[in-house]
Amino acid sequence: MKARVTVTLKTGVLDPQGRAIEHALAGLGFGGVEGVRQGKLIELDLADGTSTADVEAMCRQLLANPVIENYRIELA
Amino acid sequence: MKAAVVVFPGSNCDRDLAVALHDITGTAPAMIWHRDTDLPDGLDLIALPGGFSYGDYLRSGAMSARSPVMRAVVDAARAGRAVLGVCNGFQVLTEAGLLPGALMRNAGLDFVCRDVALRVENSQTAFSARYDAGETIRIPVAHHDGNYTADDSTLDRLDGDGRVVFRYAEPVNGSARDIAGIVNDAGNVLGLMPHPERLIDDALGGSDGRRLFEGLVAALG
Repeated sequence: MKARVTVTLKTGVLDPQGRAIEHALAGLGFGGVEGVRQGKLIELDLADGTSTADVEAMCRQLLANPVIENYRIELA
Repeated sequence: MKAAVVVFPGSNCDRDLAVALHDITGTAPAMIWHRDTDLPDGLDLIALPGGFSYGDYLRSGAMSARSPVMRAVVDAARAGRAVLGVCNGFQVLTEAGLLPGALMRNAGLDFVCRDVALRVENSQTAFSARYDAGETIRIPVAHHDGNYTADDSTLDRLDGDGRVVFRYAEPVNGSARDIAGIVNDAGNVLGLMPHPERLIDDALGGSDGRRLFEGLVAALG
């Protein structure tokens, strides 16, 4: 089984990299981009039977920093 | 004073820190590899050096904070042992939960490498006792992820309790409230982004960093 963990910055946490991407898109002539937030996608190959709770624990202990980041788990 | 420097893969200021500690304490510090699970007996100070441990993978300091030696460092810190984290060491301390907040990419996105002016906000800690409160000193920074971030209530608490020990006196990296260095609630753990170990001798361009270590020697014996 696989899990996809999407890590994003919490609302209100300044994202200078997202801001730079937004400016670069504007520089390329793409109008209408009103905001960019950059995050991470982490794909895990897991032994069958790994629970969502296990992946939650991985997120809390390492994959995301709860001070600044949120995470979302999709099991497949 | 008996000191130890923890060495992570990718640390690059471990020797600078060791030279400073040796020079100022008169004794070479123990160098502790990150895979060690125990610290030497009788340590007064544990120092986490600057660098790019684990290539800053995942987040700066994230991997190092989970390395075997950090369990012993966290236990020692909770038992009141003095812990100093410089630059990447500060990032490791926040990731390990010994200090609040997080250090994010510099607001200007640039790597900042130059001497900066710092204001000493609190001279009542073991780390800052040889400075005067309100004094401005010059210490070099060299970092990409020094933009200190925490929620407003944490920032208010840090300010209210005098836990902001060093503050940038000029714009450097977008750090919340210009925070350059903070201590934990008990005052025995300091994290700071600038590198005092790089400025301990006038032959190297200045000695404003030296007094941080001299204060520790005075406080810790």
